[in-house]
Amino acid sequence: MDFDALFSGLDRHTLDGITRGSIYALVALGYTMVYGVMKLINFAHSEVFMVGTWAVLGVYTALGVSAGAGLAVVIGATLLALLAAMLASAGTALAVERIAYRPLRKKGAPPLIFLITGIGCSIVLVEIFGQVFKVFFGAPFGRVTVNIPSVLQTKELFTIPGLDLTITNTRVIIIVGAIVMMLALDTFVNKSRLGRGVRAVAQDPDTASLMGVNRERVIMLVFILGGAMAGVAALLYTIQYDITKFDIGFIIGLKAFTAAVLGGIGNLRGALVGGLLLGIAEVYASTIWSSEWANVTAFVVLVVILMFRPTGLLGESLGKARA
Amino acid sequence: MSQILDAYRGLKLRDRMSGAPGWVRKVGMLLVIAFAFYLPFLNILPFAYIRTDLTSSGSDWASVLFLVVVYMIVAVGLNVVIGFAGLLDLGYVGFYALGAYSVALFGSPSSPVVEAIQNRFGLDETWAVPFVMCIPIAIVMALIAGVTLGAPTLRLRGDYLAIVTLGFGEIIRITARNLDNVTNGATGISGVPVPPGPEIDGRSFFNTIDAERWYWLALSILILIIFLAFRLEHSRVGRAWLAIREDEDAAAIMGVAAFKFKLWAFAIGASVGGIAGLLFGSKQQYVEPNAFMVNLSFLFVAMVVIGGSGNIYGVLLGAFLLTYLPERFREFQEWRPFAFGVALVVVMILRPQGLVPSRRRAREFEDRKVEAEEAAADA
Amino acid sequence: MPDPSKSETVLDTTAADAPTTVAPDTSDHDALTIDVGPEGETLLEIDHVTLRFGGVVALNDVHFSIKRGEILGLIGPNGAGKTTCFNVMTGVYTPTSGEVRFSGKVISGTKPHKINQLGIARTFQNIRLFPEMSALENVMVGCDARHKTSVMGALFRAYRVRPAEHQLPQNPLRRSLAKVFGVSRHTMEERGGRIKSMELLKFVGIADRAHELSRNLPYGYQRRLEIARALATEPELLCLDEPAAGFNPAEKEDLMDLIRRIRDLGHTVLVIEHDMKLVLGVTDRIVVLEFGQKIAEGSPEEVARNPKVIAAYLGEPDDAA
Repeated sequence: MDFDALFSGLDRHTLDGITRGSIYALVALGYTMVYGVMKLINFAHSEVFMVGTWAVLGVYTALGVSAGAGLAVVIGATLLALLAAMLASAGTALAVERIAYRPLRKKGAPPLIFLITGIGCSIVLVEIFGQVFKVFFGAPFGRVTVNIPSVLQTKELFTIPGLDLTITNTRVIIIVGAIVMMLALDTFVNKSRLGRGVRAVAQDPDTASLMGVNRERVIMLVFILGGAMAGVAALLYTIQYDITKFDIGFIIGLKAFTAAVLGGIGNLRGALVGGLLLGIAEVYASTIWSSEWANVTAFVVLVVILMFRPTGLLGESLGKARA
Repeated sequence: MSQILDAYRGLKLRDRMSGAPGWVRKVGMLLVIAFAFYLPFLNILPFAYIRTDLTSSGSDWASVLFLVVVYMIVAVGLNVVIGFAGLLDLGYVGFYALGAYSVALFGSPSSPVVEAIQNRFGLDETWAVPFVMCIPIAIVMALIAGVTLGAPTLRLRGDYLAIVTLGFGEIIRITARNLDNVTNGATGISGVPVPPGPEIDGRSFFNTIDAERWYWLALSILILIIFLAFRLEHSRVGRAWLAIREDEDAAAIMGVAAFKFKLWAFAIGASVGGIAGLLFGSKQQYVEPNAFMVNLSFLFVAMVVIGGSGNIYGVLLGAFLLTYLPERFREFQEWRPFAFGVALVVVMILRPQGLVPSRRRAREFEDRKVEAEEAAADA
Repeated sequence: MPDPSKSETVLDTTAADAPTTVAPDTSDHDALTIDVGPEGETLLEIDHVTLRFGGVVALNDVHFSIKRGEILGLIGPNGAGKTTCFNVMTGVYTPTSGEVRFSGKVISGTKPHKINQLGIARTFQNIRLFPEMSALENVMVGCDARHKTSVMGALFRAYRVRPAEHQLPQNPLRRSLAKVFGVSRHTMEERGGRIKSMELLKFVGIADRAHELSRNLPYGYQRRLEIARALATEPELLCLDEPAAGFNPAEKEDLMDLIRRIRDLGHTVLVIEHDMKLVLGVTDRIVVLEFGQKIAEGSPEEVARNPKVIAAYLGEPDDAA
């Protein structure tokens, strides 16, 4: 236990936590939206995120960019990578929905079975990058950690006076990017016609379908939106950590899910709050104990929340419905 | 796929079995058990092709059989949780690990826990808790873990429970890896004790070479556990679980203490998992955290749901297929997880009730399908 | 109230396959009689109970009591709060204010299964059987509420009891074993539960389809099965939530008879019902609810004459209020 380490660098650790938390929050959106509409934990969502990181790597490799390119190239490549990651993740999410969930919906299978096929899809996706692609394409696929060129290099922007806190460009991009994306999504769900459909189905699927909302289309939409957000998270993750691996999804997925529950699953703003809080809690915990225990922190937080406030901090609502 | 299954259904093995007189069933059961005990020596063609050691790179046949039976124990235990009580437990590997670690921590002379006890009481360096005493320790440890985990979480919605248990499985593994001064961390613990037995040819009865003895031991335990599981299923406890699954509120109003019985299911499942882990750890004589990855939990759940949750024969089949097939086709080892994932998705989509479902479950699924179709037709 | 029953009764009793009218039950049901305290004592008291859901007042200061041994009717128009009242009594909801006392003990806020153990059982307006269980098994779940064996008893069967002579098995070997070692309490309870459940099915008149899945039973059978399942928990107070819903007049007659026979076994009965004829015919006393408030209470004759009740039922403006 090392509280000195925590308090001597409280501001730095908080910033670290917010950075991590922004990524969790973006991934959490996918869980929360799918849960809100289908009352289902999309177990394969962690892999949707993982696919996004590979898409970023794919774009960088195809463009042949590497660290130290000119500003215009950096911006262009990053935006292209963002687009590719969003497309790849959204596509994966949609594929999972089509292959694993839709047939079961038609059969009216109980929720447990959805969870099992979700797990199955998750394993298949992991193995596609860990095994199948390795056999067909060779490196960089396989069961190893892969470096992603840090196209966007970390630069110190300014130092907050008095706090000795250095703000870098990557942090700004990650935090601002995440928040902008979340605001955009929130506005979309609350203001647009399609978003109204989403909320209607979340509140009461039967009435919504009587009112002419196409449930299948809404489900497709939330998978696409959730996938796209995971794609954004994937890009931000690669900016921060410069790596990917066939199985990075699992732990991030679990934490993002924890974040969603923490904020109140089904609640978009809850995902942001939950993500940030979890990120901060984790960084604090790993400073006090050791980084090995960061994962344990997330689970302990999850259990405590579920015990004392199972509807999360902000309550569960994608409309205002309780599950 | 479904043609094969239809052909199988045409046999109506189950109807023939249940239609046969009592003594025929008993004799049949005895023959099956006798055959199971004989399996390690199976050498009659063409049946010998099921052996896994036909090529030099194959796995030891008796060891494979042992693993199959240990996983069958796991499946029967997890079936109490998933199949009987209807609770999805994705952290079952945690209990399995606890069982293995209990016997290692208390039974191995080189474990930090035993060393601490030796120093504290000035005991001999070879002293450790005897194997027979480790059995209740393992069961109680798993039981306590099951109750501690279940008590706060069993009131939650089913899918929350799944995630919390998943976290629990990971916590057990991470703890085992990081508590260096208790569990030796990633190094693991060697010198795990084996059951007592007469010495034969200068070796203890249970050793690393004669795997068939381990298999017989595990098989005997499996038979005992199946017997007890049937007793539970056909008692007021089984009825209570079924009532809870069908309509929890109505069951509570009819006097069924729903939470108590769910907690019992969890505790029973946990202790059976502990027993399976104990057997595994003891046979390996070595326990390390990486043997208890989260994937194992998925494998366990898959055994139950692919086999047919709620039906003990079904989950035995599930455990057999998912343990035996990868060992039989070891040359495709790298493809195992991929094939497993694909099988999980395909089987669940084609046959969500499992390969050999319980009759009740099969009907439940049929009803839901009809309801879903009607709802689709309405829309 | 108009009485259209005559012509329909004829129609229905002549219908060959209608499983509606059940042959009078002739078997001896002494075994089903329950031990209760003295008749006429207050058994259940709803003491100024108010229940709010957000801004909606579902029950407003409702106050009445049930005496041991009586058949009390709880009536009122749709949405008057009858079922809500049941739910408060059986622990589904906890009242916002006020108390529910059973045999002098406060039970509001107690868990549903505990309330059942105290001696209150109920049926449901929309039938809630366990569909994948046979009729017999459904009743056995009710019997289990009074059984002492739990998981350990079912697993190891170590708790032995000495059976009476007539309870010994027929098989000579088993008979002598049972004499020496006794029989496990689990086995005794299981057998006893089965016998008692069968008796109950006979009592309500559906024993002919005891081994059929409850979901396959005809509607009238399902309603009766719910009553049998509730009786199996040996409740001092049995609450029936619209037991005659969907019944034809002949079936209603049978039901009235059944309710009286249930009372004769020693149970106190509370009936929620829409059908005024049934309620007036079978109850000793009636409580009338409207909009979550009690508007009348008294003997069937008094209630039937009460202008407020008539107004509530005919939906005319309530002059008295």
